[in-house]
Amino acid sequence: MSELLEIENDSLPIEIEYNEDQVHENLGAEYLGFDLQGETYCVDILSVKEIRGWTEPTALPNSPKYVKGIINIRGDIVPILDIRDRYGMKHKDYNKTTVIMILNVQEEKKSRVMGIVVDAVNDVLNIKPEEIKEAPKSGHKLNDENIEGLYNNKDKVYVILSVTSLLDLADIKKHYSKQFSTEFSE
Amino acid sequence: MSIDLSQFHQVFFEESFDGLEVMEQNLLGLTPESSDPEVINTIFRAAHSIKGGSATFHFTSVAEFTHILETLLDEMRNGERAVTTPMVDLLLQSVDCLRNMLSKLQDDQLVEHADYAELEAALKKAIDNDGDHESVNQQASDLTSKEAPSTAGLESDASAQHSEDSAWLITFIPEPQILQTGNEPIRMFRELNLLGEIKVVSQILKLPTLAEMDETLCYSQWMIGLFAEVDESAIREVFEWVDDECELKLEALTEEQVNARLSGEAFTEEALSEPERANAPSPIDEKIVDKNAKASVQSTSASPSKPQSNSNTDLQVRDKSEVKDPNQANKSAPVATGGSSIRVSIDKVDSLINLVGELVITQSMLGQMGEDFNITKLERLKEGLIQLEQNTRELQESVMQIRMLPISFVFNRFPRMIRDLSSRLNKKVELEIFGENTELDKTVMEQIGDPLVHLVRNSLDHGIETPDKRAAAGKSETGKVQLNAFHQGGNIVIEIIDDGAGINRERVLNKAIERGLVSEQQELSDEDVYQLVFEPGFSTAESISDVSGRGVGMDVVKKNIQSLGGSVEVRSEPGLGSTFTIRLPLTLAILDGQLIRVGNQIYVVPLTSIVESLQIKTHEVVSITGSFDVYKLRDDHVPILRLYETFEVKPDFTDYNDTVLVVVEVGGKKVGFMVDELLAQQQVVIKSLETNFISIEGISGATILGDGKVALILDILGMLNRLNKQKSSSKGIAA
Repeated sequence: MSELLEIENDSLPIEIEYNEDQVHENLGAEYLGFDLQGETYCVDILSVKEIRGWTEPTALPNSPKYVKGIINIRGDIVPILDIRDRYGMKHKDYNKTTVIMILNVQEEKKSRVMGIVVDAVNDVLNIKPEEIKEAPKSGHKLNDENIEGLYNNKDKVYVILSVTSLLDLADIKKHYSKQFSTEFSE
Repeated sequence: MSIDLSQFHQVFFEESFDGLEVMEQNLLGLTPESSDPEVINTIFRAAHSIKGGSATFHFTSVAEFTHILETLLDEMRNGERAVTTPMVDLLLQSVDCLRNMLSKLQDDQLVEHADYAELEAALKKAIDNDGDHESVNQQASDLTSKEAPSTAGLESDASAQHSEDSAWLITFIPEPQILQTGNEPIRMFRELNLLGEIKVVSQILKLPTLAEMDETLCYSQWMIGLFAEVDESAIREVFEWVDDECELKLEALTEEQVNARLSGEAFTEEALSEPERANAPSPIDEKIVDKNAKASVQSTSASPSKPQSNSNTDLQVRDKSEVKDPNQANKSAPVATGGSSIRVSIDKVDSLINLVGELVITQSMLGQMGEDFNITKLERLKEGLIQLEQNTRELQESVMQIRMLPISFVFNRFPRMIRDLSSRLNKKVELEIFGENTELDKTVMEQIGDPLVHLVRNSLDHGIETPDKRAAAGKSETGKVQLNAFHQGGNIVIEIIDDGAGINRERVLNKAIERGLVSEQQELSDEDVYQLVFEPGFSTAESISDVSGRGVGMDVVKKNIQSLGGSVEVRSEPGLGSTFTIRLPLTLAILDGQLIRVGNQIYVVPLTSIVESLQIKTHEVVSITGSFDVYKLRDDHVPILRLYETFEVKPDFTDYNDTVLVVVEVGGKKVGFMVDELLAQQQVVIKSLETNFISIEGISGATILGDGKVALILDILGMLNRLNKQKSSSKGIAA
């Protein structure tokens, strides 16, 4: 929904200018903010299916360390990824604010449900498209392709993350194929 | 017209494929001796629905092609044309062709005219020949060479003068009750007007006096001049809905001719001009009312516009896919990948509803009891829980039933295949099918089709002998292939029995020795020898035919069946024939599992693959080349897989004395899993890992245990592959 509106905004600038105030009231998309290592991030709230407390998942054999395992959500098998571990941040033991955010990502043919472990969720933000600032290129692992932009909210800077790249499975596939090929060649 | 028709495409394709199936089935039952009009009728109806559907969805090519087919069938139905074997062959080929076209459309591909041009020409020729059997015969057998002359013949007479025609004269004579069906001629004229400039002349000769007039009837008829170069099919589309309720005559003429004809008729009523959308989508529908005029109408309708309309057809299909594209980009999900669907008999649904009703009753009973429960009601609570358990189990079974389809879905393709193959191989073969109502899971069904086809081909090619050989062996000239399906335990068994020559033990053995699969000294039972035919690269056929003999296939057959959790066996009597027996689990959704524990992880091992579980002693284990351990189980040496090592979990025990060895077998290979503890045996529902994640070798899925936790289901074949890799790697080190 929000994306659609943004596109309209780009392609029909004149119409938007006419009733600027009204439209902008509606144009802002909602984002869900969360904490990671003292930093604040957020994702499009429409992709968040639910938030649940930390439960120990069933481990998957030979998986990369950031794949915590799989859990059962109403009969669905959902894999859980630790974002800190995945992007090389310092590992933190899970406590009572640790939550699993269940995200929905639309792929070419189907939608996929996965969970990410974050330190805590904080706020729901209403961000208008023009308030999103381009992020400087960092070279950091959690970098350019994952970040959709930055948003200043009072004293905090929120990093807007792309759900699609956050839940990308290419790394994991590579991990498994490499593992088996080394097993083979050893 | 903003309805998105593409949402119905899936349904249309499914119905059409069903229709084709029906056509094929019935065509096979059609012989010159027994041409039951009802059978032809059924075929005709199937073709007609496909035509109607494809026209509605603007799959012009399919509609056009089916139309020709339909014309032919109509004549057969009316007894104007005799049923001949070549004709049936031709029709069967057309069914194949239609199936191809529809599959292409389903995949959003373009249907080229070349895809069906040959058959189209042959069919037209057959229609023109009007019962001339011999030429039909020739066409069916010799399509390619016939194509050029036949199309040329079609075009030659009319095309020259008609290509200059730029106007149409349409005679539209509606039946009086046309208004009662809600069809308003003026709307059709407006539609026509969209195609180009029109001139309408009304003829009111039949108009009765005012007193006699019934205001619900239509008394006038019209002649319409359409001054635009459009497809005939585009015009026919305008009249599509009144097709059955009018006489429609289309003549392609020059502008002057049309004007002359019109002014000769009566007074002009209206002349509108607005040439805008000339190229409307054009399904074709011809129902020629005037039997006498048939020949002439056909020559005008079929020939002049054909070359043009064909190129148009292609264009339109392309147009459509282009139109669709932006749509797809937005949705990022192609339309064609809509999930497959199954048809469920209403009985099954009814029984399901019944069960759910009972479940609700039990639930409310238990709920009531829970409100003021005391210990005196314990007995009733127990009863209630037993009832709940029963309800749940029945419900589970019924839901599973929904996925079950009769195996005739797979078997149905064989009569056709046998017919084609036996004529190609010059063998006489009779097919017998038993137990086609045996039900099995749809997923299993989809995957068993190809292996079965392969086995049947194999029986025909290698099993059944040629008629003279059979006669020499004292058997009847006609060979017999039997397909047999039945339930046995939790399995479905499919047998493919032929009464051919059987497997030649010596030849198989020699070949195997030659290929180095077995050594000459080895003592092999018949069973072992026959299993050799499933080895990769094994074929004893003396000549490679296009049917079989390349030696790829049997091993694939075996692999496919194993991946479904099944097995395949061969029995053979030299000179009497062979029997292939396939055993498959009824469903892939539920599995009998043995829960095992390693450290804090619980895994599920399919019960069917477990040979035995036993406690072992360290001294019974032998280490081989220091890299892997082997347990001596009676005569077998079973390699041991330390699950905690492969899965990188922390076990309770690492010493053989404390652990349990679960010996599993797949494809004749045994392996022992070292586990901490055996837990319960239970039925588990298989959930795919791939839905939200990726597939992992050695894991066939996951399931949810009673406490809501997830347990992984081991894929024994995958685990063995892992073990093999480890072995080969350790061998690599040793060498």
